[in-house]
Amino acid sequence: MYGKGLRALSVTTALVMSGAIALVFFWAPEDADQGFAQKIFYVHVPMAIVALCGFVAGGLMAIAHLRTRDSRWDMRSYVAIHLSIILGVGVLLTGSIWARVSWGHWWVWNEPTLVSFLIIFLLYCTYQPLRFSIQDPERQARYASVFAIMAGAFVPLNFIAVRLAQQYTHPRVLGNISGNLPGKMEWTFFASMLGMTLLFVTLWKYEMTSKHASSQLRRLKRLLGEEGQSTGRRSAAPAPRQRATQV
Amino acid sequence: MTGAVELVGLERRYGERIALADVTLTLEHGATLVVFGPNGAGKSTLLRVLAGLLRPHDGSLRVLGHTMPEEDWAVRGRIGLLGHDPLLYRDLTGRENLRYHARLHGVDDGRIDEVLEAVGMDRRADEPLRSLSRGMVQRLAVCRAVLQDPDLLLLDEPRANLDPAAGDLVEPLIGRASGRTRVVTSHDPAGGLAEADLVLGLRGGRPELLEWAEDLDPARITELYT
Amino acid sequence: MSSAPQDGPPAGPSQGGPPARASQGGPAAGPPPGGPGAGASRRGPSTGTAVLAILRKEVRVELRTLESVPAMCLFSVTTFVLFHFALDRDSVNGDLASGILWVTLLFSGVLAINRLFVADEEQGGFDGFLLAPVDRSALLIAKFLTLLGFLVVLEIVAVPAFGLLLLEPSVGRVVLRLIGILLLADVGIAAVGTLVAALAVRTRARDLLGPLLALPLLVPVVIGGARACAPLFAAGHPASVPVRWLETLGLYDLVFGLLAYAVFDFLLED
Repeated sequence: MYGKGLRALSVTTALVMSGAIALVFFWAPEDADQGFAQKIFYVHVPMAIVALCGFVAGGLMAIAHLRTRDSRWDMRSYVAIHLSIILGVGVLLTGSIWARVSWGHWWVWNEPTLVSFLIIFLLYCTYQPLRFSIQDPERQARYASVFAIMAGAFVPLNFIAVRLAQQYTHPRVLGNISGNLPGKMEWTFFASMLGMTLLFVTLWKYEMTSKHASSQLRRLKRLLGEEGQSTGRRSAAPAPRQRATQV
Repeated sequence: MTGAVELVGLERRYGERIALADVTLTLEHGATLVVFGPNGAGKSTLLRVLAGLLRPHDGSLRVLGHTMPEEDWAVRGRIGLLGHDPLLYRDLTGRENLRYHARLHGVDDGRIDEVLEAVGMDRRADEPLRSLSRGMVQRLAVCRAVLQDPDLLLLDEPRANLDPAAGDLVEPLIGRASGRTRVVTSHDPAGGLAEADLVLGLRGGRPELLEWAEDLDPARITELYT
Repeated sequence: MSSAPQDGPPAGPSQGGPPARASQGGPAAGPPPGGPGAGASRRGPSTGTAVLAILRKEVRVELRTLESVPAMCLFSVTTFVLFHFALDRDSVNGDLASGILWVTLLFSGVLAINRLFVADEEQGGFDGFLLAPVDRSALLIAKFLTLLGFLVVLEIVAVPAFGLLLLEPSVGRVVLRLIGILLLADVGIAAVGTLVAALAVRTRARDLLGPLLALPLLVPVVIGGARACAPLFAAGHPASVPVRWLETLGLYDLVFGLLAYAVFDFLLED
């Protein structure tokens, strides 16, 4: 069900990403101030935007889960958030490198996007411990969804607050995220955005397919009479149930 | 005529595990259903589902003529639950606890004195629960359960922690003599059978036994536990 | 399965999800026939009555156990002392003062958030409430008001203590504006705190998850509150408070207040 079109998607993603990388290295001009190192911008910013959208999407899927009580929405939400957390690590790392190269420090407080990302990252780091600490799978999914909705609503609020806070004490120096990009840079940026988005969607589908397959396997094992057997391995990931009667 | 409790194919899972499955029965108003079964068989789960605290995963459930969980607002307040937990705050007195529940159920304070007297706790109702014995707390829990004069009583081993004298005191409130529809879990084959109209035996969440009490051989109950 | 004696007509069809209305027996809204105590389904007490009842219970329990409020107050004063030694300063003003006050208030507040639902969880208060014919949101509102009350009491103790121990300019001149900012922030802290408390209490790592969840979520409150108070604590003349911080706090309160209301029910189910 999830595996459909996965190969086509993967190939497309690989092509677009290679294209974007080529553009970044060979086509986009070097920045006058920051030089070659500015190119990390093409990784850092798309990653950040995709991760944030992933978090918000996770929140929307969580709303769907609470309204429909269908555990598949919970799984989709989990995967989206979990991938965004991984991307989040990437964002912080690339952001730190960019800060170091452009500003001389491994961390700067005057870049509001980076700072609010740190806060959001710290918040979402509690997602998996939260899931882990609830045994009842149904309650785990429900509580995780509540968290995802709260955190998803928090993302824009936090952005606004941090941006306001930095704006009046430290002027923003690094990066032109919206607008002000000369032609070639703009195109390259769009290419990277597209590549990153496709990457996220592809990884999401991969993980959904894999989880779906393993849950089917578990169900078959159960039906074949190995009922009551637990693997003993606790996991923060939700295990979707296949219902015999579909509503 | 609708029964007080009607279950068809009731199922409740805990993750991949079955807590209750294939439970089908109808209980008439005023009748008593006694549920037997070893620990973990699903007796407490059944009570919680009937109380509206747990949603069924499959099957249908009607309590006091209303479909659950959609219409649970219509039956809340008409059900009295007495579980293992007295559902009382240990730092408050009996009277304060009952007053809290009375306000939540829209019951007059006069009723509080009535039930306290009935279980013989009227003189110790103003001491914090911490200082009372388990049996006294259980009596107060009985008060809480019947405070709102419920139409359906759900009792999880109600006589646990009660000495025979106390047991007699609570009998008119929660026993057969009360005339209320009751679902009672029990580990005592003889005693349980004596007060039952209908008997359900659960094992592993599934019903292994469902008979009228008068036709039932007590040995079949003991078999459940082997 | 052994024979299932059933009286009367069989119940409705079994299927997953919401069962269809069984076409049998009495109408759903009418009195059930022949049952003892037969009467129309009782409409329970109003939400307001329920909120008051729960509030009364909360206050009584807190007065008797003295678990949350004294701990919060003591913690805040101790923290001020710690700051004195950690910063090696006798007095602070401006940004620094504002920051110290807000961080202290936040950490003290987290203590109350941790304890908010513990008594209910451990002594069966959730079930007791869920069985009552009242609106679920009564619990949310009552707990929110309780936490708000605790925070106000905390501030009544902590702010004068702060003024006494660490703050260089006098508090008296800016009291009214300070109270306004504090209340605005308290609403947000109470809304988020109630949600987080309910979320954390039924997990296994409840004492850890509470602060870990609450603190990042409360960053905008710290930003708004601290930045708003900084001009009030300026050395010399207190400056005016920029409105944007009040707007930030207000927006935060609105968003999380509505969110809490929408989502709380799901935390109560089992």
